[in-house]
Amino acid sequence: MNAADIREAIARVHREEWARIVASLTKRFGDLDIAEEAAAEAFATAVERWPGDGVPPAPGAWLTTTANRKAVDRIRRERKRGGKQEEAQAMYGDTPEPHGAIEDERLRLIFTCCHPALATETRVALTLRMVGGLTVPEIARAFLVQESAMGQRITRAKAKIKAARIPYRVPSATDLPARVSGVLAVLFLVFNEGYLATGPDADPVRRDLTAEAIRLARLIRDLMPADGEAAGLLALMLLTEARRTARVSASGELVPLGEQDRGAWDAALIAEGHRLVRERLASGAAPGRYQILAAVNAVHTSALDMRDTDWSQILALYDLLVRLDPSPIVALNRAVAVAEVDGPEAALAIVDRLPLDGYHAYHATRADLLRRLGRSALSRAAYDRAIELAGNTAETAYLTRRRGQPGLPAPRPMSSAPPRGHIGKDDLEEPGPRRDREPNPLKGRP
Amino acid sequence: MQYLVSVIDHRTNSATEAEMADINAYNDVLKAEGHWVFAGGLASPDSATVIDGRGADAVFTDGPFLESKEFLAGFWVIEAPDLDVALELAAEGSKACNRRVEVRPFL
Repeated sequence: MNAADIREAIARVHREEWARIVASLTKRFGDLDIAEEAAAEAFATAVERWPGDGVPPAPGAWLTTTANRKAVDRIRRERKRGGKQEEAQAMYGDTPEPHGAIEDERLRLIFTCCHPALATETRVALTLRMVGGLTVPEIARAFLVQESAMGQRITRAKAKIKAARIPYRVPSATDLPARVSGVLAVLFLVFNEGYLATGPDADPVRRDLTAEAIRLARLIRDLMPADGEAAGLLALMLLTEARRTARVSASGELVPLGEQDRGAWDAALIAEGHRLVRERLASGAAPGRYQILAAVNAVHTSALDMRDTDWSQILALYDLLVRLDPSPIVALNRAVAVAEVDGPEAALAIVDRLPLDGYHAYHATRADLLRRLGRSALSRAAYDRAIELAGNTAETAYLTRRRGQPGLPAPRPMSSAPPRGHIGKDDLEEPGPRRDREPNPLKGRP
Repeated sequence: MQYLVSVIDHRTNSATEAEMADINAYNDVLKAEGHWVFAGGLASPDSATVIDGRGADAVFTDGPFLESKEFLAGFWVIEAPDLDVALELAAEGSKACNRRVEVRPFL
């Protein structure tokens, strides 16, 4: 093995084993801080030793043993200094597992990191660190905060978990649905931040974050295969990620779905996403919001041509979603489908009633509808407002170009920006074609 | 493990009779299930006196040490194995006294 192979081996083991090692150490020592530090030290030792000694036959076991030893060393050191480690260990003890709980240690870790007593941004940071294995500088960079501030946020969270005794376990059956949706919300936030990164200097798409969110969503899906929303969220992410490279042009401008090079879409991700959507449909269970959004994206990614997009089906799915979530943002996205089914006039009547003046996608959608109705001056004013509010560089570039185009009805439906908190809305608003596309999973099997 | 459950209020002596009945019922449940340690309601912050005994002579100052619109109106000290149980009990306490509450662990 050469040095590059060793580095690759370490990176792979890190991806595969980090969460498991942190989880098992947390279980054994009852302390997230000790677990995190010992796991990090074990990997540092691997980086030091493996190039000379070679990669051990069972790298995961080697790392676990090494990490355990590091943890014991630290506890001994602290005990000599009169630390209270024994107490911490007894504190967590072995809480009896609720009936039917999933055995994987990593799941406890995820639920602890996403505990509702922690602030949302703390849950995100802690999950990326403890479960995802990202370093503090990586997380700080991803969220454009100072490294020291991010370090402090994570340190405070660990201290609170310990002091307030946030339990290290899978929640009881009664709490489980709410807690799972809390976990999914954290992953959704991570994905969205990657998908539509904010900040004037930020890359428009943060591949590191979308990839990490998908990896964690896969893990949750594997750990809880019966959870429909976990499957739905993974499908939604896959169908969105499949279009990533086609979504931003070489010049850094957002490319709406109707203008995307569909040949650049990732067919394997689309196939996987469609499989999950079909699986959920076959279950016959009532879908939650992620499953509905995944189905919407499945319809889009199965249209052979933009003109083939089944907008009435998309509208029906949004009708379903509006019943679950009557928020104005969902209504805005529904209006985009209304524009395709009943025309821009009908859609504008809906949009004009929505209280979303501070939201860039609201103005972008209005601007597009007004443009399609030939009301140029009003459309330009709406573009101005959208540009003013948009935080993503690719989006701003796209809106600016759009604003400069003549105010005639567009030849095809056109609008722009994915509202934050709702993955892939640009795609929902932008119908589009492709040959050899997966068939629509909502219409029978392939 | 003990937790302090503080009752947050902006008026004093404001509990209605119905609220008092709910609080008593809640206290009974805490006692029956072994979570009860102590509880009490507090008089208005206006009745507070701040004492600084660090010097040679103690200094007494009228009024609460912190003036704020919201204040501590009462509290429970509860026994719970972990924060999940404490939060569940605190949610019931909040419902019973019809006020927001804060949960804070003892060291």
